[in-house]
Amino acid sequence: MVNLEVKLKDLILKNPVMTASGTFGYGKEFEDFIDINQLGGILVKGTTRHHREGNPYPRMAETSSGMLNAVGLQNKGVEYFCDKIYPEINHYDTNILVNVSGSVIEDYVETAAMINELDRIPAIELNISCPNVKEGGMAFGTSCASAASVVKEVRKVYKKHLMVKLSPNVTDITEIAKAVESEGADSVSLINTLLGMAIDAETRKPLLSTVTGGLSGPCIKPVALRMVWQVFNAVNIPIVGLGGIMNAKDAIEFILAGASAVQIGTANFIDPQITVKVVEGIKEYMIRHQVKNVTDLIGAIKTQ
Amino acid sequence: MKKLVQDFKVLHKEELNDGTFVIDVKAYTPLPDIKPGQFVNVLVENANNTFLRRPLSIHFVDYEKNIIKLYIKKIGEGTTKLGELNLGDKLNIVFPLGNQYSIPKNSKTLLIGGGCGVAPLLYLAKHLKDTGNEVTTILGVRSSYDAVELDPYKEYGRIFVTTEDGSIGEKGYPTQHSVLNEKFDYTFTCGPEPMMKAVAAYSKSKDIPCEVSLENTMACGFGACLCCVTDTKRGNICTCTEGPVFNINELKW
Repeated sequence: MVNLEVKLKDLILKNPVMTASGTFGYGKEFEDFIDINQLGGILVKGTTRHHREGNPYPRMAETSSGMLNAVGLQNKGVEYFCDKIYPEINHYDTNILVNVSGSVIEDYVETAAMINELDRIPAIELNISCPNVKEGGMAFGTSCASAASVVKEVRKVYKKHLMVKLSPNVTDITEIAKAVESEGADSVSLINTLLGMAIDAETRKPLLSTVTGGLSGPCIKPVALRMVWQVFNAVNIPIVGLGGIMNAKDAIEFILAGASAVQIGTANFIDPQITVKVVEGIKEYMIRHQVKNVTDLIGAIKTQ
Repeated sequence: MKKLVQDFKVLHKEELNDGTFVIDVKAYTPLPDIKPGQFVNVLVENANNTFLRRPLSIHFVDYEKNIIKLYIKKIGEGTTKLGELNLGDKLNIVFPLGNQYSIPKNSKTLLIGGGCGVAPLLYLAKHLKDTGNEVTTILGVRSSYDAVELDPYKEYGRIFVTTEDGSIGEKGYPTQHSVLNEKFDYTFTCGPEPMMKAVAAYSKSKDIPCEVSLENTMACGFGACLCCVTDTKRGNICTCTEGPVFNINELKW
């Protein structure tokens, strides 16, 4: 038997497969297709202090091997999450993580404090990397000082596992990773979407209402892998890797590059059963390569 | 209603003209209850620039043969690739998705389809007739070349055509057709947005309910990606789960 369990510090995952925030709704949307309890964890939709309508349509453009989105953190706010959504999903036998976003530090702090009170939420993912909100969002994740300050303030009120989601839209992601580690982040997840844009040459119009948006899908996988590898060599906290994972082979590559766990995002839109297939595929790989513990694969690339 | 992801087998393909075709896809297990106005999200394989599934209206369901009919116009790479499917090929489908058109009883109903937007109206016509409604369908197209597949509608009521060049039926847009002088109780429409807005305006002027089917671009089709939102009086809501069929009173039209 192979052992798929991984630990992100104190957070135990039954296997390394999680879902990426914003691609998995609140889990409920996938109940017809898979048994959610088979996953290592789910990251629910980005949650903010107050209700957000998100950006106007059109919010999505297909690209070669990927897609651009500019959803803009549409959600009903943290109070609605705690009162209405949490009671519907807290029976899941998996780790439920809430992705927390904001425009100002106070919003992050208040939201994190409210989620800290929910028994069945063992961790949050602090989103300092959303490219689709005008104020804040990615701005926090693109300088070491602002990334450190938001993590520092949230750390004061949030007592459980604090994961920080990093933006790839920076000069040196390792500097940001080190900054959030030094302020008490328990883990980092990377990468969020890459800032991109798409134009319709016939109409000379941008395809997104916001002109620019976040690129995801297999087209970003090489960038994501590179960044996971760089961060793995720069910090001591665990890494959750994501960016264009479409199958178990991709997931294994992220683990070999240094990720302790992975998140599957855009692939959920194409195959709503992909997450459980990746769990099975990792098992199959381990049996084929005679690997007993999936933790033996973390950062195990042979560079020489 | 439980959503499924399943492989289907292409059983039949009928070219209606150079750009439009109907494929019958057969399920391997008995089809669930599918409502008129619902859609499928199909996987296009071996297409370099088609990354996402393609959402398509359900044209008709034949439970005896266990098939779904899809009415498709080749517009981009994805729909062109679907046109290249051969009999026996597999097609992976997420279904049934979305809400449905309302089904009144014993009423005089008017169905207006524009171009390939007519796709969901055949199955709707059947349901309307089955519940005792009188069905009148108008198909609006550019020219006679596009006035394809009219006969199936005759089984459920009357079918009229308008063409922009007058080559068949009445010349003009479907909202200009003379049959609109009759009194109807409900209108149902699917097609280009300007046409649906004209149908909405007609329905408002006659003070009758009107339902439209939107086709916003989407990724997942089941409410996870939040990409396909439409701006309603309740704010941004997903076209894929709360639509694609909307009563015009919900929209800011």
